[in-house]
Amino acid sequence: MQLFRAHVLVCAGTGCTSSSSLKIMEEMETLLSSNKLDNEVKIVKTGCFGLCAEGPIVVVYPEGAMYIRVSVSDVKEIVEEHLLKGRIVKRLLAGEKEAEDISKSLEGVEFFKRQMRIVLRNCGRINPENIDEYIAFDGYKALEKVLTEMTPEAVIDTMKKSGLRGRGGGGFPTGVKWGFAAKQVTDQKYVCCNADEGDPGAFMDRSVLEGDPHSLLEAMSIAGYAIGATEGFIYVRAEYPIAVKRLQIAIDQAKEYGLLGDNILGTGFKFNLEIRLGAGAFVCGEETALMTSIEGHRGEPRPRPPFPAVKGLWQKPTILNNVETYANVPVIILKGADWFSSIGTEKSKGTKVFALGGKINNTGLVEVPMGTTLREVVYDIGGGIPNGKKFKAAQTGGPSGGCIPTSHLDTPIDYDSLIALGSMMGSGGLIVMDEDNCMVDIARFFLEFTVDESCGKCPPCRIGTKRMLEILERITQGKGEDGDIEKLELLAKNIKASALCGLGQTAPNPVLSTLKYFRDEYEAHVYDKKCPAGVCKSMMKYSIDASKCKSCGLCAKVCPANCISGEKKVPYIIDQAKCVKCGACMGKCPFKAISKR
Amino acid sequence: MATVNITIDGKKLQVENDITILEAARQANIKIPTLCFLKDINEIGACRMCLVEIKGARALQASCVYPVAEGLDIYTQSPSVREARKVTLELILSNHDKKCLTCVRSKNCELQTLAEELNINDIRFEGQSSNFPIDDLSPSIVRDPNKCILCRRCVSVCKNVQTVSVISATERGFGSTISCAFDMSLADVPCTMCGQCITVCPVGALREKDDTEKVWKALANPDLHVVVQTAPAVRVAIGEEFGLPIGTRCTGKMVSALSHLGFTKVFDTDTAADLTIMEEGTELLTRIKNGGKLPVITSCSPGWIKFCEHNYPEFLDNLSSCKSPHEMFGALLKTYYAEKMGLDASKIFVVSVMPCTAKKFEAQRPELSENGLADVDVVITTRELARMIKEAGIDFNNLEDGQFDDPMGEATGAAVIFGATGGVMEAALRTVAEVLEGKSFDNVEYTAVRGIEGIKEATVEIAGIKIKAAVASGLGNARKLLDSIKAGEAQYHFVEIMACPGGCVNGGGQPIQPSSVRSWMDLRVERAKAIYEEDASLPIRKSHENPAVKEMYAKYFGEPGSHKAHEILHTHYTARENYPEK
Repeated sequence: MQLFRAHVLVCAGTGCTSSSSLKIMEEMETLLSSNKLDNEVKIVKTGCFGLCAEGPIVVVYPEGAMYIRVSVSDVKEIVEEHLLKGRIVKRLLAGEKEAEDISKSLEGVEFFKRQMRIVLRNCGRINPENIDEYIAFDGYKALEKVLTEMTPEAVIDTMKKSGLRGRGGGGFPTGVKWGFAAKQVTDQKYVCCNADEGDPGAFMDRSVLEGDPHSLLEAMSIAGYAIGATEGFIYVRAEYPIAVKRLQIAIDQAKEYGLLGDNILGTGFKFNLEIRLGAGAFVCGEETALMTSIEGHRGEPRPRPPFPAVKGLWQKPTILNNVETYANVPVIILKGADWFSSIGTEKSKGTKVFALGGKINNTGLVEVPMGTTLREVVYDIGGGIPNGKKFKAAQTGGPSGGCIPTSHLDTPIDYDSLIALGSMMGSGGLIVMDEDNCMVDIARFFLEFTVDESCGKCPPCRIGTKRMLEILERITQGKGEDGDIEKLELLAKNIKASALCGLGQTAPNPVLSTLKYFRDEYEAHVYDKKCPAGVCKSMMKYSIDASKCKSCGLCAKVCPANCISGEKKVPYIIDQAKCVKCGACMGKCPFKAISKR
Repeated sequence: MATVNITIDGKKLQVENDITILEAARQANIKIPTLCFLKDINEIGACRMCLVEIKGARALQASCVYPVAEGLDIYTQSPSVREARKVTLELILSNHDKKCLTCVRSKNCELQTLAEELNINDIRFEGQSSNFPIDDLSPSIVRDPNKCILCRRCVSVCKNVQTVSVISATERGFGSTISCAFDMSLADVPCTMCGQCITVCPVGALREKDDTEKVWKALANPDLHVVVQTAPAVRVAIGEEFGLPIGTRCTGKMVSALSHLGFTKVFDTDTAADLTIMEEGTELLTRIKNGGKLPVITSCSPGWIKFCEHNYPEFLDNLSSCKSPHEMFGALLKTYYAEKMGLDASKIFVVSVMPCTAKKFEAQRPELSENGLADVDVVITTRELARMIKEAGIDFNNLEDGQFDDPMGEATGAAVIFGATGGVMEAALRTVAEVLEGKSFDNVEYTAVRGIEGIKEATVEIAGIKIKAAVASGLGNARKLLDSIKAGEAQYHFVEIMACPGGCVNGGGQPIQPSSVRSWMDLRVERAKAIYEEDASLPIRKSHENPAVKEMYAKYFGEPGSHKAHEILHTHYTARENYPEK
């Protein structure tokens, strides 16, 4: 085995790839070779580090120097300074750039300090396209342990004791689910993985698929052994091309190594996996719709019971977990249920990965123990709100969830506390809103998403959410009527109670939770025809304060609608009929003479 | 059968453990409203009208699909259930083209009934309405997606029962609709025109192409000799349109009504059915004797024929070359009858009243014509005839019984049973047995081929030949049967196939019964019972004994299977591509 004196880890997750990390790698290869370093320094293409806002990310070991926002032109300096001369390129470092001792820079970055990476343990650490690297970090050891030392009952027992709950949204205890399926007596059972991550802004599962695909394969094999299944399907959305490619590479490698197939590790245990591509329907993340889609039909949910553990794919007992849930499994097997259940809160064990987005400095992926407060996630890890703005709310659970206002910033995040607040864990999207966000508009945005993504099977979702959206559109256009808020509430309540599947039953949540915490904003829109956050265009007006205007004309020049006029020494005015309310003039005015209200 | 204990609305019940909450409630005389539910055909829990509250459950549950389980405590009329049902129904109505006054299904619309039953007097959630084009290009079926409530019954019957699958849900959310692939018309896809989709539709989104105006126009034209013929299944179902119980025989009233409408002659398609037996029986015997292509498969059902042309072209040579009975009759009218009556064939206008929508398509086949004249000019369904009777102000239920007109009015019991699955087979066996054995039998009832099972088999020994017969009704069953023949798993001499499950009594042109009726009784059984009663009541029950048919052979065709018979009474088939590339 060849030894290298240094390793350069380049993030090849979707975010960094789209900002040229693969070109950085090419450049690195070229420069290493021209500097004759290719036998001393190894480049490792890794999965996501999580700090996506600062990508592309390059980490150089043994120092552990984390370089951020690296461009292709920076590579020369990294090679010549760091790799040739041993001088860290401080200007590219993450976190404290002037730190004397950078030997712990990765752990030293505030973003990573409070995280606990179980699910993301290998992301940004190994090359996901090389099974040996996974094996080097205890990969497939759990599978070996299960197959050689444990009975299926013991595996299920361990899962139950660990307290692991489904990370896809519902939070159903994983071990219990496996237990139901294990009890069924039949000729065929299936293990399925939901990798159809679809919440806007959520990419936890994608990062695991891209950064550590073998952990999923290993966990699914363990699940197959536990419930007595020999076949599995990974349902992954086609919009994740890198993930799909790496999954296939991983499956091929595992087969080659005898870690998937007809006689795994020579134990006689048989388990095969296939990938199924989803065509981008959000509803196919719902378990019954997902299975219907795998069967080759239009992805629509079907009523439960029967539950998939009894009658699932092709009417056979099936378990379905999402990527993040599975990624926990090998670690639980190796480190034990007690270890896992010591992390987290009373009813929510382990960690949770969140995709931070919206008005937050460190957009990216974080993994924290259950019970971490929203404040810690937003401020300590997320780096707070950009431009010194005030936090207003955080939306968890995507379009199925709800928003959590400032007053609940210190709530420890777990399944039950979020539900109590009118939101839900969902798959882990966390979108931060600041004072400039209109909560009615936010509700409208999320509802627009569910209206688009409704499968159309049941009327409460198909028509009901559409009617709610129409009311919200009316309200945000300044055409709200007396009674609209009550109609929203009536519809929301009944859609929740009546819709066929989880998508419909949770679709009204964004409206209900914004109504719960920000009813005054709704009332301001409906009764006063005002948008307090100044977002809803029809209800606001840009105007020029004549006393402040110096007639410089910059506003008129920048106006795309040509609706500002004036002349020297005469204050400029805005023709309200033509104004498109883009705000360009306000941003341009050097004298702060333009205001909106 | 194991039982479970449940409580519904406080009533403690012990019920079988394999039924749904809806069925359990029904047993306890508790009515739960339904809309998408159609027993055995569409049990998908989509419409949410049958929601009930189950103590401990997070959301309301669809009772039509929820299996009973020990200890369930169910509430069918709690405030939350009532409110949810009303809100959902109002939502459905808010996107329904509510042109009830001009809707063909007014007063026989499950949505209208439900709105009345749930006391909906306002729609609180009006908003955007769907606006899809109406597809009326098919000669048989008209689809109006704006009336569609997306219950999926049509999709289920087309896909699961008929295995034709030309319609399905497309698009998503509020934009979702039922349509053909690539938004094509039903006229351009491998639709068999069977019309089963129409008979399951709870609203007016699917209907037959209405051809009554063509009939009225012909009746008003003094230059035309307008005659009508009626298929056997019509007489046992038309009474339903006038409030009579399912399975009421209305042959005489129907004939009187047709005379009142102004048809010059009222004929019975059964005459031609007897002729069909003579021709088809001859064909069978010839093929058995001469080692021809077996099995002979019946060709009476135009939905089946189109299905075969699209999906099983390799069986086209097995099809009997006989035209279907009403087409034979039309051809007879424009040749034999015209000659006999001294009429100009081009002035004879033939109207067929059929239980069938596919017959509308069949009548337009260019090969079904004589000397450039279509054998049949217009086909109307049982439902259309009922509408004409109503429009003419005829008091149907108080009509005197009329008689079919001579010279071709006489028919046998063998012809009447064409209306039920297995009937053609039984009629053929009655004749074939006597022809082969050369003697007359008293027992003419072949009960093995009766009944509503999808596939029936019988082996009948006649004159030392074991004739193996199979009967399939419903195209899904036809597919199964053909696949087993194709795979060499089964061999038959004679196969009867009807496109509609249960045969013509359950045809796509028959009166529509709501789910509340047909989910809990088999209307095929009731209508077929009337058919067999009619058979038993007739003096002649064997086709070859029909004097009118005997006369036709004696004076016109010569022998069954003669050259002239072939020219007028037989046809040919064409393989059709399913989705041809243009």
